[in-house]
Amino acid sequence: MAGKLTEDDLIPVAGGGLLHRRLFLQGGLVLATAQTATSLGAEEAPKPETEDPADPSWIHRTGLPFSGYGTPSKYEKYVVRNTGGNRAPAGDGVSWTPLEDLEGIITPSGLHFERHHDGVPDIDPAVHRLVIHGLVRQPLEFTVANLLRYPMRSRFLFIECGGNSNAGWHEEPIQRPVGNFHGLVSCSEWTGVPLSILLDEAGVDAKASWVIAEGADAGLLNVSLPLAKLMDDAIVALYQNGERVRPENGYPLRLIVPGWEGITNVKWLRRLHVTDAPAMTRNETAKYTELQPSGKARMFTFVMDAKSLITSPSPGQKMHGANIYEIRGLAWSGRGKIAKVEVSADGGKSWGEAHLQEPVMAQCFTRFRSAWAWDGQAAVLKSRATDETGYVQPERDVLVKERGREGYFHYNAIVCWAIDEDGTISHVYA
Amino acid sequence: MSMLRHVAAAIFVPVVATSVIAADADVRAPRLGTPLSPGEVEKWDRTIFADGRGLPPGKGTAKDGRVIYEQKCASCHGLHGEGGTAEELVSEPKPPSADNPSKAIGSYWPFAPTIFDFVRRSMPPAAAESLTADDTYALTAYLLAANGVIGEGDEMNAKTLAAVRMPNRDGFIWIDVKK
Ligand code: HEC
Repeated sequence: MAGKLTEDDLIPVAGGGLLHRRLFLQGGLVLATAQTATSLGAEEAPKPETEDPADPSWIHRTGLPFSGYGTPSKYEKYVVRNTGGNRAPAGDGVSWTPLEDLEGIITPSGLHFERHHDGVPDIDPAVHRLVIHGLVRQPLEFTVANLLRYPMRSRFLFIECGGNSNAGWHEEPIQRPVGNFHGLVSCSEWTGVPLSILLDEAGVDAKASWVIAEGADAGLLNVSLPLAKLMDDAIVALYQNGERVRPENGYPLRLIVPGWEGITNVKWLRRLHVTDAPAMTRNETAKYTELQPSGKARMFTFVMDAKSLITSPSPGQKMHGANIYEIRGLAWSGRGKIAKVEVSADGGKSWGEAHLQEPVMAQCFTRFRSAWAWDGQAAVLKSRATDETGYVQPERDVLVKERGREGYFHYNAIVCWAIDEDGTISHVYA
Repeated sequence: MSMLRHVAAAIFVPVVATSVIAADADVRAPRLGTPLSPGEVEKWDRTIFADGRGLPPGKGTAKDGRVIYEQKCASCHGLHGEGGTAEELVSEPKPPSADNPSKAIGSYWPFAPTIFDFVRRSMPPAAAESLTADDTYALTAYLLAANGVIGEGDEMNAKTLAAVRMPNRDGFIWIDVKK
């Protein structure tokens, strides 16, 4: 698969065969990519003896009819969310975005990760209401139909569960596809009404400083959020990736809190209680807090710090021999834009800057790419994100030393993949 | 609006480099919210605060709570709250440590009214919001007693529950917002 590369094209910028990111801007490079084990299976692919690629049957017949709502090719049916719900109530659990199977920066809505505490409610939008009350001049109730008439804004934003990547705290590196380890993060275009407009309409009292947001799922999930953040950039989203928000993402209304942990982006939003103190709900005390070695726990850790990871090559995929590979990955930060992603092919001894694909947006996935000449020898790949505030994604030993291993939430350390001589890819701590 | 923004700005919020929406704050919008009367708000308001604000009238003891617990909760949380398919609800009544990093009620939860609030709004999962206030006080009393935080005979009501001091009350540091 490799294009014709001369020695001159391969300007190493770091050890282990990492090439200059300029190679991506020149074009014309044909790169090999690690292939997923699943796509290699390709049981659905036409057998060569029955289909001639130069003259396949489908160029001779009328194709399928039009469809009201399109679906992925049947050959892509393995690209699904992996669900992890083996607890007694079926509605409590997660499903992971298969990050290793996706490209670009937008997560298809049907593959957006899920974390539900008691299932997905089947909400009739004609019955659903958003109520704003508490320290306001006038408590108000909004119908969904009315909210659709308000001015709207769109933002491309990641949402990441505070518990994403928590297997990183384990003593031994977990061996799973990257999506099943780090896939409680997804990225969408969210469109809706800036919450400040609705709060202004209700007339927030000067004494107010917190808002308690409640969803309409069984269990009425609720969390307390600082009013200042909600006034600054929160959105009551009605649309996700151009269509109405999917039921499992909060239909008909989802509170979008840019850059803040998933739990604050309350799905099925039904009530905003404007107050002067946090309620101290279960999900901001017993959960979504991080016990430290000191015995004290970090609380209200809203912002998702910068993180990056390599989606290809990654565990579950296989290298096919010494060649030029494109290292592909995602980076994001709750504090703003990604400023830089560095990649190492020698376990962190040396680093080369990856190419950041445009657009690079605040609190959004950024796609990075690096060219890598793999010589067929054992190697360790790492990526390290820096955001525009100067925050640098930490090495795992630094994070664990500072936070201990009982915090569970907010794991954002550098991720390492080891490549064996036989092309096997595994997760390591290095 | 400007006054509110002033007040809101005084609250510490973590540095976030870009704020897209605030930039067009003077957007013109229709005013389509329907006013709610205090009586209507009451139907919606289910917030219970850490200091007990919002707790409804009612009462219960651990003795009554045990009966309900065994019927409605033990199948998932274990006969004595030791955990099962769902998490443990009982631990020693002292703050967590490196040797005992338990995050169950006795060792971790900072506020007792949170137990009432969560149990009433979320448990049991197949019938959330089905427990009466008395049953919820009784279950809360049972869980607090099982954790060694209150005595077996102590009655829990809006006043006594708000007055319970949890062992890990001071175990939390606010990170992204100031107290
Ligand atoms: C069908 C199983 C099931 C039953 C029955 C059940 N629970 Fe739960 N409970 C759960 C699950 C699952 C969770 C975790 C929910 C989540 O992840 O948000 C939970 C969470 C809790 C918590 C929070 C624990 C923590 O540390 O955060 C409490 C308290 C609780 N349940 C109390 C009760 C009580 C009281 C009852 C009986 C009225 C009950 N549960 C019945 C499954 C159950």
